[in-house]
Amino acid sequence: MSTSVEGVDPQRAGIVRDSLGVGIATGLYGVSFGALSVAAGLSVAQTCVLSLLMFTSASQFALVGVLAGGGSPASGAAAAVLLGTRNTLYGLRLAPLLAWRGVRRLGAAHLLIDESSAMSVTRDTTERARTGFLVTGASIFVLWNLFTLVGAVAGEAIGDPRTYGLDAAAGGAFLALLWPRLSEPRNRLVAVLAVAVALGVVPFVPAGVPVLAAGGVALLVGALARGPR
Amino acid sequence: MIWAAILAAGVGCYLLKLAGLSVPASVLERPVVRRIADLIPVALLAALVAVQVFADGHRVVLDARAAGLGAAVVLLLVRAPFLLVVVGAAATAALVRL
Repeated sequence: MSTSVEGVDPQRAGIVRDSLGVGIATGLYGVSFGALSVAAGLSVAQTCVLSLLMFTSASQFALVGVLAGGGSPASGAAAAVLLGTRNTLYGLRLAPLLAWRGVRRLGAAHLLIDESSAMSVTRDTTERARTGFLVTGASIFVLWNLFTLVGAVAGEAIGDPRTYGLDAAAGGAFLALLWPRLSEPRNRLVAVLAVAVALGVVPFVPAGVPVLAAGGVALLVGALARGPR
Repeated sequence: MIWAAILAAGVGCYLLKLAGLSVPASVLERPVVRRIADLIPVALLAALVAVQVFADGHRVVLDARAAGLGAAVVLLLVRAPFLLVVVGAAATAALVRL
């Protein structure tokens, strides 16, 4: 503390470096979203607007995944919005720490995703939390959209996606997003039940509905369980 | 219809983000709200994995996509980065189909 220049936080450079690392690693996989989206039948323009406007990867993957499976656009949108509810949770936790008001809050909300939350929620001051949030969120926003375009254009050029196993890539992407949460026993139980419910109703309901039906598992277990975990 | 879904879901996702930053923290203090909010992504992602890999229209099937998922599990167990997991799943499914 005594050696720092007045007004310059000695931790700032480290936070910026870590945040850029996460931002670059995350932004690059926009290429997989772009390729999967055009494989699901969306145009390059639709794919890019999704990344610009929705900007939360699991919801974007969900929307194109439901469409790829023959689901209706409405059920795809519903799955995307339901998955987006976790960003509300991050926001609730970050609001007192980031302490933005007015127009800045409106702008910051668009960058509120898994990674920007993770890189800011552990900071001990508002200044450090804002640095982690903005550097992570902004670097992902720029790269995610750039690489969505790259993936969409490349994906359109390669022809039948099944030849390259792209229909299996979405399952791998969803599992990778789910994986860190499976360390908790209750989450594993919910995951197993959700799989059973979804596959159980596949023969009887329109595509897209199995995923929404599985969301009922979360409501049921959440309502019946006790304790925070 | 696809455009309508993109715009509606995009706006919906933004409003959910904004709501979190704007709502008083007391809402989250209700344990049942917190639990359900934590569990919804888990249930949806698990169901998405199952449907993407094992559903073919209205049938539940076991095909090359299951091999791709197996590869993804192995890659996640050895802590491979996200992109490698996705590419590994795709490449494995493609190889099985050859």
